[in-house]
Amino acid sequence: MNAPNASGWKPEMVADDGSVQPMTVSGDKGLQLEEPLIFELNRAGQTGVDIDAPKRGPVAGLLKFLRKAPAALPGLTEPEVVRHYTRLSRQNYAIDLGPFPLGSCTMKHNPRLNEKVARMPGFADIHPLQPKHTVAGAFEAIAELSDWLIGLTGMAAVALSPKAGAHGELCGLLCIRAAIEAKGEKRHIVLVPESAHGTNPATAAFAGFRVESIPATEDGRVDMEALISRLGPDVAGVMITNPNTCGLFERDLKKISDAVHASGGYVYCDGANFNAIVGKVRPGDLGVDAMHINLHKTFSTPHGGGGPGSGPVVLSEALAPFAPLPFVQREADGRVHLVEEEEIASTGHAQSFGRMAAFHGQMGMFTRALTYILSHGNDGLRQVSEDAVLNANYILRALEDVLEAPFAKAGPCMHEALFSDAGLAAGFSTLDIAKGLIDEGFHPMTVYFPLVVHGAMLIEPTETESRAGLDRFIASMRSLAERARAGDERLKTAPHFTPRRRLDETLAARKPVLVWKGDKA
Amino acid sequence: MTRYFTKEHEWIQVDGDTATVGITDFAQESLGDITFVELPDAGRAVTAGEAVAVVESVKAASDVYAPVAGTIVEGNAALDAEPELVNTAAETDGWLFKLTLTDAAALGTLLDEAAYKAYIAEL
Repeated sequence: MNAPNASGWKPEMVADDGSVQPMTVSGDKGLQLEEPLIFELNRAGQTGVDIDAPKRGPVAGLLKFLRKAPAALPGLTEPEVVRHYTRLSRQNYAIDLGPFPLGSCTMKHNPRLNEKVARMPGFADIHPLQPKHTVAGAFEAIAELSDWLIGLTGMAAVALSPKAGAHGELCGLLCIRAAIEAKGEKRHIVLVPESAHGTNPATAAFAGFRVESIPATEDGRVDMEALISRLGPDVAGVMITNPNTCGLFERDLKKISDAVHASGGYVYCDGANFNAIVGKVRPGDLGVDAMHINLHKTFSTPHGGGGPGSGPVVLSEALAPFAPLPFVQREADGRVHLVEEEEIASTGHAQSFGRMAAFHGQMGMFTRALTYILSHGNDGLRQVSEDAVLNANYILRALEDVLEAPFAKAGPCMHEALFSDAGLAAGFSTLDIAKGLIDEGFHPMTVYFPLVVHGAMLIEPTETESRAGLDRFIASMRSLAERARAGDERLKTAPHFTPRRRLDETLAARKPVLVWKGDKA
Repeated sequence: MTRYFTKEHEWIQVDGDTATVGITDFAQESLGDITFVELPDAGRAVTAGEAVAVVESVKAASDVYAPVAGTIVEGNAALDAEPELVNTAAETDGWLFKLTLTDAAALGTLLDEAAYKAYIAEL
């Protein structure tokens, strides 16, 4: 290569006298490999494929489209390209490498059995435009997943086409809007408690509603009295996250639902945290009208990768008629049928609000989620939520003497443990602990969210971490918390052992450099 | 000129029928480094309590509310290039927007400086 380590970056080592010394000539640090941008590796004319010179010139009519200058693509051989991306991937962190305690994200293990089933040719190699009678098995699998999701949530119907959690929220809100319009009412306010997920107000605004915030109580739950007193003929509904972003169960949800229904509104429940209650609580029994389920959280499908995600929305009797098309439905004779526009009148879906996606949803996620459900069964799924809650409480109790846990005294948490920055030495912050965690070899927890807690640290271990794994994490967290309480200055410059040291996040946000401009920069 | 405060940590400086609004030093301190400020367009009529500006920091994006009803005169154009002014001079050059008051009497419902200081001392 003509430009090894073109960026000139050298790993650093702090010598005993405190001076910083570059360590190697190559820029690599042992087998921790440094990697420039692919454009910096460019050697013009290199290619991984030999293409014969064209035997003829371009067709006369296409001459005007002839390139004036070569495309600015980097020239590399195939092994160089493979190594480039593999080296970059080694700088990443993944659930397959270690715990990923991001609260609110539910980064759990993706069982390999899911992958095996998703790769079966009958599921993996089919196309959405194939004649329907050739994919009866796939429809059957979708219908079986539908039956499970409806059963586990105690709802009337499920819309499977939304592609992700926030897309599912939008689907639920559009159902609510369609239901209100069908009644000829004008309700334009959606109430969103402070303890709800951050996407909820954005979704409500996007669906054309005006958002009003409802405060949280001292114990981290929605202020039921404030919410109920705001209900009225202008309120379309509420969006409640349960369990909420403080990792707490909203105990008053049934009372809230009854009050909302009495005032003519609807209840949307953000089901992102369904993994903490699956098999224990059915949202339908709490009066929920619509709830999305993130298959990648509760049902262990991958976060990203392999195409779009999946955020099915379960609906109550009141909202089911408005569900989006297409719609997988089991007929009286047991045959599974995909309802599309031309059949809405004959199948009872004339009030559908329309379509959110071209096709019925993300088959690869459906097969993985169904595999997870069938391999666990009802009892196994109940144990999933029990273990998720047990693991979070194990962390909460193991750290509460070194980190302030604002809601811990009131009782156990659900699937995530929440701490604040109270008690850290002056000048030390949540960010320092998060960065220190990187040096310890862990992905940091969620920081500064939820906003209701100062310097929030939200830790979600999930049910897939073993006790030994939790103990390792706890030992690192205790050490970091003690260093931050004692004012260990070295923590303020963490991470020390990563390819890059602490980045200037403020400068990156104020003056982002997002495009490689080469010599023009 | 009189300066009022809100429990949402805004300050409002009144000069005749025009008022200048910003976030307090306490607010910028809590938010951390400000990276972006979204300001209202001139001429927009706003009601008291309406979200009219957004202040983004590395930690969070926060709405800024109109403390009283009025019509937006201008946003602080200097913040487009230098959002950090909200950190360095929250209660002076880092002001967010100016508005003409439509209901001057509503100013009486706001906090004065002593009341605001007492309020944040409790937080």
